[in-house]
Amino acid sequence: MESPFVTHIAFMLGPVPISYAVVVTWGIMAVLTFIVWLSCRNFKTFPRRWQTAIELLVTTIDEQIGDIIQDKNLYFLPLIGTLFIFIALANLIDLMPGLSAPTAVLETPAALAVIVFFSVHYVGIRSQGVWGYLKSYTRPNIIMMPFTLLSQITRTFSMMIRLFGNIMSGQFLIGLLLAFAGLLVPVPLMVLHILISLIQAYIFAILATVFIAAAMADET
Amino acid sequence: MELEYISIIAAAFTVSAGAIGPAISEGYAVARAMEAIARQPEAAGPLARTLFVGLAMIETTAIYCLVLALLLLYANPFIQQ
Repeated sequence: MESPFVTHIAFMLGPVPISYAVVVTWGIMAVLTFIVWLSCRNFKTFPRRWQTAIELLVTTIDEQIGDIIQDKNLYFLPLIGTLFIFIALANLIDLMPGLSAPTAVLETPAALAVIVFFSVHYVGIRSQGVWGYLKSYTRPNIIMMPFTLLSQITRTFSMMIRLFGNIMSGQFLIGLLLAFAGLLVPVPLMVLHILISLIQAYIFAILATVFIAAAMADET
Repeated sequence: MELEYISIIAAAFTVSAGAIGPAISEGYAVARAMEAIARQPEAAGPLARTLFVGLAMIETTAIYCLVLALLLLYANPFIQQ
């Protein structure tokens, strides 16, 4: 088995090496944009097939966000919804023969976790002002401030490791089993891997929502 | 050469020891959530969401152990390749 920590370089764009995961990410972005453009070309009051599917997905995500952040769910729908749909598709893309999930290498989960990290601070500063947000770190007691600062970093790190570890271990396990046993033996594990992929996308989106809600809720 | 054998054994031990704690605690969490849902079936939605988030938090420790074991096997800093 080859190491899960190496990155495969697909091609060089001038002096910048472009890894295989980045190419797959670009492909997913293009496919998602194309599907959404195709289904949102002409919205009707009585929706057809594609529009119904898109509306169902968006309303479900909106309700889930609304359960956590009560009244501002429309403001966060673009970020959280994009995170969920992208991660779900990126986790499931390795069911296609010849493609491997971009979330199974360390860079893509790291980039997504950094997005969540910065948007938490952005939302916190937007909702309480710079001084109010800084003061929220000393909230229970000033002694707790190193721990709250530390938790900002560790939870970003653990989001990254969680997504990477789950997806990579699933792929690793399927590959290992395929090396030992025959053709149809890894199929139950692949079914389990589909479940884990969807749950991880859900958990990443829910955790991002919870962290953003925690940055907002300190204003009272 | 000895160092490689030691790191292989350590990797296996890391995964096995790191799987026990999260397994017990996840079982405990699920059992408690089942009790709560059986007592209040109308609260199943928020309970399930909180359970998922909590299980993900617990599972992180096992994932840390897995990543550590893979680091020992594939990117061991003490073995010169």
